[in-house]
Amino acid sequence: MSGELLAAAAESCHLSTGGCGFPAPGKEIFFFDEIAKFTIGTTEFAVTKPMILLWMSVIVVVGFFVMAFRKAKVVPGRMQGLAEYGYFFVRDGIARDTIGKEGDRFVPLLFSFFFFIWMNNLWGIIPFAQIPVTSKFAIPVAFAVIVYLAWVPLGVKRQGLVPFFKGMTMPRDVPKVMYVLLIPIEILSNFIVRPFTHSVRLFANMFAGHMLIATFSIAAWYLFPTNLFSEPSAVAVLGLVGSATSTVVTIALTGFEMGIQALQAYVFTLLAAVYLSDSVNAH
Amino acid sequence: MSLLAEVTGSLGSIGFGLAAIGPGIGVGIIFGQGVQAIARQPEAYGVIRQNMILGFALTEALALIGFVAPFVFGA
Repeated sequence: MSGELLAAAAESCHLSTGGCGFPAPGKEIFFFDEIAKFTIGTTEFAVTKPMILLWMSVIVVVGFFVMAFRKAKVVPGRMQGLAEYGYFFVRDGIARDTIGKEGDRFVPLLFSFFFFIWMNNLWGIIPFAQIPVTSKFAIPVAFAVIVYLAWVPLGVKRQGLVPFFKGMTMPRDVPKVMYVLLIPIEILSNFIVRPFTHSVRLFANMFAGHMLIATFSIAAWYLFPTNLFSEPSAVAVLGLVGSATSTVVTIALTGFEMGIQALQAYVFTLLAAVYLSDSVNAH
Repeated sequence: MSLLAEVTGSLGSIGFGLAAIGPGIGVGIIFGQGVQAIARQPEAYGVIRQNMILGFALTEALALIGFVAPFVFGA
């Protein structure tokens, strides 16, 4: 955690006690001290909180669906019903709607993406975890790379090397002269910017959301007047009002984040499906 | 070189503000038109909603890049 924030907490500098400036959270709130270390070969790996949460997401997601489907019944119980609802949501709502009748082949990939990302996002609002794992850029990047390595080779395999790249870079029914302009733009947008925005979208949403919650939580703590009764002042009263408002905003933002987390998991999966459909269905 | 004008303070915030104008308008148009489309054809709700979210996600990316850039390149 941030040294500045901890120092501010140790000095207990609140606004009404003289204050030491608002300790605004920076990007350092996303960096954690290492808990343990291990070495593979000559490479050292540090175990940090997001890493443990990442492993826990695997356990939670796999555990939930194994539990739900281990003794699958024709008439589903409560847990199986919920799991089936999730499965149908991905299969019908994402895979079949976007890719078409071949969509069923990609359900395992999309299904894993959706629930794994959602769980990783959810850590952001679960008490004591309180860091969305996807707000570490490496993780969305890894997801985006998997999608990129899936749809590009798939398109080459399905459509052939030349037709695939032709379809991706040369839109039809365009005057020939325009290709001078269009081909570089299409290459840039389809093969270079696409994986970048695909990962940044998820990362930045989680990063921004976590930052917002952190800012308002710190504001609630910083504005809280510890000396309201011992030495009442206008600043202390105003601080109390501000602190209460910040608390309410923190709670509201937490609710808002819950929506964003599910939405971003959905958007990531939907875009993965759209990219796969570019490869499967020729233009 | 003499300066004509200078901006000081948090340039990252200004950058994000500028980056958010376009996507702000875009997202507004997308959801406005989406709601209108749903009102005209409620039976096509599923398809419209999916495309609405897709368009929203693609538009929003620009604003988010504006948000992340100051952290990456320093204020």
